[in-house]
Amino acid sequence: MRSRHADGGRLAAHLEGTCLNTVMARNRIISALGTGCVLMALLLLATMPAQAVVVTDERGAAIDFTQPPQRIVALLPSLTESVCALGACSRLVGVDRYSNSPESVRGLPQVGGGLDPNIEAIVALKPDLVLLAKSSRVTQRLEQLGIKVLVLEPKSHADVRRVLDALGQVLGADDPQRVWRAIDASVAAAAQSLPPQAKGTRVYFEINSTPYAAGESSFIGETLTRLGVKNIVPAALGPFPKLNPEYVVRANPDLIMVSERSAQGLEQRPGWSLIRAVRDGHICRFTAAQSDVLVRPGPRMGEAARLMAQCIMDSSK
Amino acid sequence: MSFDQRNQHRRALWLGIVLMASGLLLVVVGVGIGSTGFESVLAARHDPIALQIVREIRLPRTLGAWLAGALLGLAGAVAQGLFRNPLADPYLLGSASGASLGVAVALVAFGASPASTQWAVRLGLTGAAFVGAVVAVLLTLVLARGVQQTLRLLLAGVIVGVVLGAAKDLITIASADVLQAIQAFMLGSTGLIGWSACGVMAGVTVVCLVCAWALAPVLDGLALGEATARSLGLPLGAMRIALVAVLSMATGAAVAQTGLIAFVGLAAPHLVRSAVKTTHARLIVLSALMGGLLLMAADLLARWLVAPQELPVGVLTAVLGGTYLLWLMHRRSSRGSLA
Repeated sequence: MRSRHADGGRLAAHLEGTCLNTVMARNRIISALGTGCVLMALLLLATMPAQAVVVTDERGAAIDFTQPPQRIVALLPSLTESVCALGACSRLVGVDRYSNSPESVRGLPQVGGGLDPNIEAIVALKPDLVLLAKSSRVTQRLEQLGIKVLVLEPKSHADVRRVLDALGQVLGADDPQRVWRAIDASVAAAAQSLPPQAKGTRVYFEINSTPYAAGESSFIGETLTRLGVKNIVPAALGPFPKLNPEYVVRANPDLIMVSERSAQGLEQRPGWSLIRAVRDGHICRFTAAQSDVLVRPGPRMGEAARLMAQCIMDSSK
Repeated sequence: MSFDQRNQHRRALWLGIVLMASGLLLVVVGVGIGSTGFESVLAARHDPIALQIVREIRLPRTLGAWLAGALLGLAGAVAQGLFRNPLADPYLLGSASGASLGVAVALVAFGASPASTQWAVRLGLTGAAFVGAVVAVLLTLVLARGVQQTLRLLLAGVIVGVVLGAAKDLITIASADVLQAIQAFMLGSTGLIGWSACGVMAGVTVVCLVCAWALAPVLDGLALGEATARSLGLPLGAMRIALVAVLSMATGAAVAQTGLIAFVGLAAPHLVRSAVKTTHARLIVLSALMGGLLLMAADLLARWLVAPQELPVGVLTAVLGGTYLLWLMHRRSSRGSLA
């Protein structure tokens, strides 16, 4: 991989190298020529998309990029979306089975899922960068095969911001923070759109019917907090705790947010008919496509905030 | 009688040769099958990526599947002889669950990735799996109060398997970070076997084969009944312990590299026995060869059936091997007895 990196930038690197050597070795002799050379080098650097970028990933490993990667495989839907939001969608050559947004990635080769990534399929795509989650099994095997790997797993708003920033630097995007600012603005706008009486609504966000919930410390919970509503699952329980159904009945939320898939029979769960949200019919059932938006910590978090705000608005009428 | 014996020995030798030859053939086929298909082999001479795919991915995983299968086949043959039970299998005896519990504990304790390629990690995981397998076999034996009763032993094995499996689940739920890794690990896959995993398995295979070969006479003696075995003057206790160690080491080494792969250990000795009647020493070697062939074939199917994607090979062996087990039980029960 490294050698191919060097191949692409060989000419530039060569010019740059000789210039610097010349400057360092003979700076006392012909300084005018040297200055010219430095100027040339600077010019070259300026015309190149990016200089050497060093990014520290989730494992604490420092990964350096002499050139922005051109063939990227993303093994996490939120990372796929982030790459695309940063304007580098065309550099994706492969994605995982669950990456389905934006539309353009659906035609890309799929190289398995998080549980069963296919090493050979990944290597065959000749990627110069693979983006994957911390729990992925293939990190070390890929590195052993000489492929550059960046482990990024956004779990909170701060993480999303950090990941977008890191990715933006790696990709050589002109304004890495632009995407985050857009998310931030959308969330703020969604919060502003809510009427005062909606504030303080007590919300239960169910991830699946086991039931797993989105707690206050999850990125979903953070969005809910910014929308000014109250999550019935406090941060102390962790980001995505597995709850006892009894807990939800006792907490008695005003509003339940749930995906269509896991909403079936929700009203029939023992004791749940007593919950205020169920009694008043304040249950938002999100379609599969909407759920994808809601549960992915990526560039569509602003859209997720709008969906949640719409739901809160509908139920507070 | 002696002519018949010599005839059987010759058949065993032939079977061994055939298994070896088909194994080699499958290795060659295995180099050509994968998500990118056969053209990688043709392109390997001038395309470094194709060469890498063939040399660093397909070759080690094909050999790794063969080695893991051989270890499981060997473990199955030893278990069936040791427990005088035709349905003994590393999976059914609970030792595979024990091994996976060992791996889970090691992962939580040391935070390593199950697909780690470092030698130390590989050896450590194998050790943990070995300890887990030993504990499971001993628990099964204690629960079954010895090896005499076939059904009791199987039931004990199943119970131990379920209990240790649940313990593993508890551990993994408690630490969400390894949950996904363990889940994937439990599916059983040869896709992540690199050369270091191959090396560990090759070493263990050699050690286990030599030990099992040396201990095989005790299995022949046991086949004639415990009293006969004792009358031969064999140190039964010590040799049994050594055989349990071999069985656990083989299972542990295979499970640590590939995850849970069911029924290879059960089917391999049966297939060998249905072809030749021979001494345990030969049976063990042939079972190892057969197990290797079975798992390698299953792995090729797993790669080829839904290419360019692939199935976890453990799921495939469970389906195929489970069917074989049902058929075996049906045939036996229609003949009048299970054991």
